[in-house]
Parts: sequence; structure tokens; C-alpha cells
Amino acid sequence: MTGTSAPTSWRRPPQIIKDRRWRIAVQIGIVVYLVLAFGSVEVNWIRVYDGLERGQRFIMGFLQPDFSSRWRDISQGLIESLTMTLTSTVVGVAISVPIGIGAARNLAPRWIYYICRSIIAVSRSLQEIIIAIFFVAMFGFGPFAGFLTLSFATIGFIAKLLADDIEEIDETQAEAVRSTGATWWQVVNYAVQPQVMPRLIGLSLYRLDINFRESAVIGIVGAGGIGATLNTAIDRYEYDSAGAILLIIIAIVMVAEYGSSYLRKFLQ
Amino acid sequence: MLTLDGLSKTYRTGDSALSDVTLSVPKGQIMGLIGPSGAGKSTLIRCINRLVEPTAGRILLNDVNLVGLGKSDLRRQRRRIGMIFQEYALVERLTVMENVLSGRLGYVPFWRSFLRKYPEFDIQRAYQLLDRVGLIDHADKRSDALSGGQRQRVGIARALAQDPELLLVDEPTASLDPKTSRQIMRLLTEVCAERGLPAIVNIHDVPLAQQFMQRIVGLRAGRVVFDGPPDRLKEDALTTIYGEEDWNTMRQGEEEQSQAEADARDRIAALAQ
Repeated sequence: MTGTSAPTSWRRPPQIIKDRRWRIAVQIGIVVYLVLAFGSVEVNWIRVYDGLERGQRFIMGFLQPDFSSRWRDISQGLIESLTMTLTSTVVGVAISVPIGIGAARNLAPRWIYYICRSIIAVSRSLQEIIIAIFFVAMFGFGPFAGFLTLSFATIGFIAKLLADDIEEIDETQAEAVRSTGATWWQVVNYAVQPQVMPRLIGLSLYRLDINFRESAVIGIVGAGGIGATLNTAIDRYEYDSAGAILLIIIAIVMVAEYGSSYLRKFLQ
Repeated sequence: MLTLDGLSKTYRTGDSALSDVTLSVPKGQIMGLIGPSGAGKSTLIRCINRLVEPTAGRILLNDVNLVGLGKSDLRRQRRRIGMIFQEYALVERLTVMENVLSGRLGYVPFWRSFLRKYPEFDIQRAYQLLDRVGLIDHADKRSDALSGGQRQRVGIARALAQDPELLLVDEPTASLDPKTSRQIMRLLTEVCAERGLPAIVNIHDVPLAQQFMQRIVGLRAGRVVFDGPPDRLKEDALTTIYGEEDWNTMRQGEEEQSQAEADARDRIAALAQ
């Protein structure tokens, strides 16, 4: 291969499906499926036209938000939501820590590991709304059901990520502490905690943020908070109040977002 | 005095890491453990404080058999064995002082260690040790703010804080430059001499081992193939330990390196003129 005998053109060889005929067949299959799928969606164009008008009123409500006429309801909903968010995050994180430690393969004995992993799996597999409906049915309307829902969801989130983080610690640091004759608790306190603490704090702040957003959603199924106020406003066709509520939610989420990312950066 | 008697370790995969190792290390002796990687040096050291569970044999540390001890007895015995690690293994987010005090974990109840309320005596000792290794001014720094050599000094102070009767040292200089390596080895031999501490030092750098060790044991494939003073470690012994080919390439590499170093020195000298 000297001089001009080396080829001058090169094409990337196919990576996934090597056979050219199969490649073409698969591509045609995807196109046919998409065409059929779009064809099967039934659209009622008259209903869409009606909806446009409603949508327009909604957007007008946004453009002229009315903060004042329902302010008492809005502020009460906000206070409920914020209380729910904070308490459920604190309680959720407090319960998550022992479960997360128990769900770390390198710290917990086998049977505890399986128990904690199943708690996490249950908590993660149920979506917040489903849990909220369940708790509302059990404990009635209001923020208590919301608080329980968010605490439960927090456990699955924090405990899983904490456990994964503990499993990825630098084992030699734990080995070093263990070799001094430390007990299991001392190993957790001296070798594991310093390694996972910054991430735990970061995750908790992130979860605080998520819980506030979720509190607005689960309010719609009756779990109290700003979501309930929003639901009422929409039911009464008071789109200007609804617009005001959405703007407040956006503002609070943004403040929480920037606040927590600033804090996380500060902690690293 | 440490005695290993017929110590063997076979991993669950069926790999035999140590077979029938019998040795004793008297008080005050610094023993270097050399051998190619995979020879079982690390396993041997970790079997002694049972970070690795030996499959057979006995380990006697001043007449206590460490094999087969229950959990709390094992913890009590681990206090007597200080360990120093290759990558320092300091808890990086803790302060230097906390790392040194962690050597006392086996002696204090959980609440004291949790609240960092160590007995006055322990704190005084920790300061003395930091002074001994030359880091008294760094006590409140986080340990990841230190350089490699400084971190290894903290590692030494932590091991000594245990008030050990034996030091296990795993490749103490593998991540350090040649000059710092020598300083660390000197410090290690000094503190062992001061306290009459026996030590087992895993080391892959043969010249460094010859310079600092009182006795050298060569491992090959989990067996002791050499045991004697450093000056008896000649060509033929090294060939037995490392195998013909490896030893030749190793020596070649070393020659090349020393030549390159000499070259660099010459060039710097030429520049200085």
C-alpha cells in the first residue's frame, strides 16, 4: 500500500444489521407501521375547533392573570403545598437513609438487602398519582394524603440513589477504617458517610424541588395544596385565576431550581 | 512476634493465591515481601488482619491465633495491627486529624467517635504523631488537600495511632515519585525502629527493598521461594522469584530508566554551565 494504491473512498461499515436486505426490510417496515399508526388516530375536527376557542380563553387568562379575586384560596393552597413539600421531604429523607444503607450490597447482609430493595421497588413502581388516589381514599381529601404520598415517593427515589451511591464508594477507604478495628457503625460513620454526604444533600434538595411540582399535580386528585386550588379554578372556568396559579407555580419552581443548583455547587 | 503456619488461600474461583506459607517475623524486624504481580503479596498481607479470609493455616500474633476469631474478638485483634495502603486509603473528605484519630476507632465507643469527642490522651497522641511525621500544621486541612507524600505520612500516623504490635504495609511507595518514596521508606524504618515494631512491607521495587529491608522474602505463585538478608538476594534468587524472562525485562527497563535519568542530569548540568 504505497503511494496511490491505497483506496481514496471509505464508508462507515453498518454496525447493527449487517445484511443489506434486512436493513431495507426493517426501514420499510418502520415507515409502514408509522403510516398505519397515524391513520388509526381518530381526530374529531369539529371538537378540535371548539377546543381552540377554549384554549384561546385559557391563554388570554394567562396574559391577564387575576391574582386578587381568589387570593385567599391561592395563598392557602400555596401554604399547604409548601408545608406538604417540606415536611414530606424531611420525613422521606429521614426514612430513606436507613433503607438506602440497607439496600447497599456492600454494607447490608443479604436478607436485609432484599427487604430494602423490595421496599424501594414498590415505592418506585407506583406513580405519585396512583398513590395519591389511594391515600385520598384512605384518609380523605386534604394535604395529609398529599404529605403521605410525597413521603412515600421520596423514599423510593432517595433510598435507591443513595444505595447505588454507597455501592460505588471507594472500598479501600472502608477497608482502611475496618482494619483499625472499627465496628460496622463506625465504618458507616467514618468511611461511607463522608463519601456519600454531598450527593445525599444534593439529592434531597433536588427531591424538594420535585416534591413541590408533584404537590401541584396530586392536588388535582384531591390531595390538597395548590393543585386543588388550580383544579377548582379550572372547573369554574376562571382561567384568569388559573393562569395566576400557574405563573406562581412556575416562579416557585424556578426559584427552587436555581436555589438548589447554587447550593449543590457550593457543597461540592 | 508474628508467626504464619501453613497459611493457604484459595479463592472461590479456584485460584490458589497462597499455598502453605510458613514464616515468622520477630519483634523489630522489617521484612520486605517481593514477587511478581499476582504472586499473592497483597493476599498474604490481607490474610493477616483478615480483610481476606484464609482457607487454611494459623496466624499467631504474640500467641493469639487470629484465624477463626469471632466478630468482636477479631475487631479487638485488628486494633493491634496497623495497616498502610498503596493509594493511602485516607478518607478524603475528612480532616487530617480525623483520619489520624480514626486509628483509635477500635478503642472508643461509637458515641465518642460519632461526636468526635475522643479522650484527651488520644488527641494528645494524635498531635504527637502528626508532629513526628512532620504534618502538625496540616491537622485541620482536609486530607484531599495534601500531596501524595503527605497523605502517606498521614496513613503512617493513622496506623501508629492504633498503638499497634505489627505493621502491615502494602506497596507504600507505588504511587510516589522516587525521592518521596525514599523519604517514606526512611520514615517507616525509623518509626519501626523507635517502637521495636515488626513490619511486613509489600514492595515491587527491588533496589528500594534491598536498601531499606532487613530481610527479604520472595513469593512466586503463592509460595515462598526466597528468604534471607538483602545482600543474599542475587541474580539467581531474583530469577527464581520473577522468572527468567520477566526479570530480564525488568532489569532492562531499570537500566533504561537509570540511563535516561543520567542523560537528563547531564543535560541539566550542561544547561547550567
